Amino acid sequence: MTMLTKSPTGIKGFDEITGGGLPHGRSTLICGSAGCGKTVFGMEFLVRGALQYDEPGVFMSFEENEEDLIKNFSSLGFNLPTLIEQKNIAVDHVFIDRSEIEETGEYDLEGLFIRLGMAIDQVGARRVVLDTIESLFSGFTNEGILRSELLRLFRWLKDKVVTAVVTAEQGRETFTRHGLEEYVADCVILLDHRIQEQIPTRRLRIVKYRGSTHGADEYPFLIQANGFSLLPITSLVLDHPASSDRVPTGIDRLDTMLGGKGYYRGSSILLSGTAGCGKTSVAAHFVDSACKRGERSFFIAFEESPKQIIRNMKSIGINLEKWVKRGLLKFHPVRPTLCGLEAHLAAIHRAIEDFKPNVLAIDPISNLVAVANIVDVKGMLLRLIDFLKTNEITTLFTDLTQGGMSIEQTELGISSLMDTWICLLSLESSGERNRALFIAKSRGMQHSNQIREFMLTDKGVQLVDVYLGPNNVLTGSARTTKEAQDKAEALDRRQELERKRSEMERSRKMFHAEMAMLQARFESEQENLQKAIDKEEALEAVLKRDRNDLGTMRKADRLIVPKSEGKDEKGDFE
Amino acid sequence: MKNPQNEFLEKEDGELETDSWKLRLYVAGQTPKSIKAFDNLKRICEEHLAGQYTIEVVDLTVNPQLAKGDQILALPTLVRKLPPPISKIIGDLSNTERVLVGLDLLPGK
Repeated sequence: MTMLTKSPTGIKGFDEITGGGLPHGRSTLICGSAGCGKTVFGMEFLVRGALQYDEPGVFMSFEENEEDLIKNFSSLGFNLPTLIEQKNIAVDHVFIDRSEIEETGEYDLEGLFIRLGMAIDQVGARRVVLDTIESLFSGFTNEGILRSELLRLFRWLKDKVVTAVVTAEQGRETFTRHGLEEYVADCVILLDHRIQEQIPTRRLRIVKYRGSTHGADEYPFLIQANGFSLLPITSLVLDHPASSDRVPTGIDRLDTMLGGKGYYRGSSILLSGTAGCGKTSVAAHFVDSACKRGERSFFIAFEESPKQIIRNMKSIGINLEKWVKRGLLKFHPVRPTLCGLEAHLAAIHRAIEDFKPNVLAIDPISNLVAVANIVDVKGMLLRLIDFLKTNEITTLFTDLTQGGMSIEQTELGISSLMDTWICLLSLESSGERNRALFIAKSRGMQHSNQIREFMLTDKGVQLVDVYLGPNNVLTGSARTTKEAQDKAEALDRRQELERKRSEMERSRKMFHAEMAMLQARFESEQENLQKAIDKEEALEAVLKRDRNDLGTMRKADRLIVPKSEGKDEKGDFE
Repeated sequence: MKNPQNEFLEKEDGELETDSWKLRLYVAGQTPKSIKAFDNLKRICEEHLAGQYTIEVVDLTVNPQLAKGDQILALPTLVRKLPPPISKIIGDLSNTERVLVGLDLLPGK
């Protein structure tokens, strides 16, 4: 069994959602209302086929003549005259003027076959576009013949193994006015052009694709200066690369807060905050540091002109101008209201593909709400993020938080799409507003849970520790005051300690001195006492001797006592 | 029927120029349909335009490039090149009345 092969259209995004393009060798029906882009789709299929896939094609137009086609498509950058000259494309204008045709008897559309066959042979066509074949229904009255001839035509095309695109006007309740879908049953694509809130959006849906899986969504698309471009709402797979490379933020302390190294490469970073809290400055640091490393940066400015941004960033010491001059930084200034979301998205896609940046800053995404509702903006951002991640572009989105809203709430509810979310806030106290920064989340890294004071200095953004008191967080002059106060208190404490220490020393010295004095006094007293004792004893001895002498003189009986008892006997005389 | 031919150039004396009616019949090969169309055309011309017409038969299987010029889709197609305005009649020309209307030979009913 052979698998269904596909012919790539080369149309941006279309080959992705169909898994490779249109069914090869078969016919595809493109239907839609007037002006929805059927002809462009068909022509781009041929032009890209000829240029990119070396498959020449035939464009059989039932509406516009060759000259008009050439003119119209030159505005899309398709150089038809050259392609025709090089026999890459053949254009045949089939014109049917009902008024000059009389029908009588049997006929067939062999003439159409002959013309088509000739054109196919002329360029060796592998692709054919019939735009809009339904015009035949207004040219001929015999519908029976027409239908059988159409059936024959599609079989004939299949036999020729050409990949055909047949366009048809959308009917009121059917895909096509004349039920062409009955003949072209392999692949049916519906184009739609809707206006919502004054913004027109083109959408494409694959109604049917026999033998192939395909995206079933309605895909917004655009017709722009380079043709058709289709932007899948969601890529069919969620498989973008995840780098473990890190990208510095450009602010040293912010790097430290983000696990010491900054953002992950290819991640999306949301920077939300109220008005005037320094979002653009953080973004400027980011692109500035990327440029310093020699990486290419892209700055999408929805609010300020590049000159204004350059001037403003100069005031905080960031010179973006030199990067612009060196071609490392490119601004993409655009008013959100200039065009619809899809056009913005496509423009961004194209710009990114042209410039191939490493980092991207979008300032601010919240302005997109001006052109579409939140659901659409979210959808667009999701697609943008998918695209950026696939290309490993690290992107910083700034988002303005409306006053009165919770800080940790983005207007667009897109924080879940982001890998890193940094909140900037203003703290208002004691008559001043101060900026502060914290990291609400950062997937896949250990990040700081601290609030830092965020200061815009002439050397750029500085992050300072805030004063974390027992009950509150102090910033700005309150913090400075409190810090001074703390310093004074600390000094006091130090002095007190010093004082106590010297007092201790003093008291120790005093103790020693006193002890020495006491010792001296004690010693002198002892000496005196000893002297007194000695004197008393000497006196006693003298007295005793005197008494004995006196007794002898009085001829007193002398007690005979053993010599040994000596002294004790003395008392006997008393 | 190999080339554009002027086989049926017939002259009658006097009144009208032979080429005042210039008809071109486009066919694709010698199919029964083309032969029938040619026969029908010849018959009608003989009846109504004897001596004043030329018929050119173009076989698109031989000269496919000629289909573009007269914007031929359906076959057979008869194109009245002269007198102006150009008009086309498609089909095997079996309905004589309609052919005459198409050729402007029958005043509108």
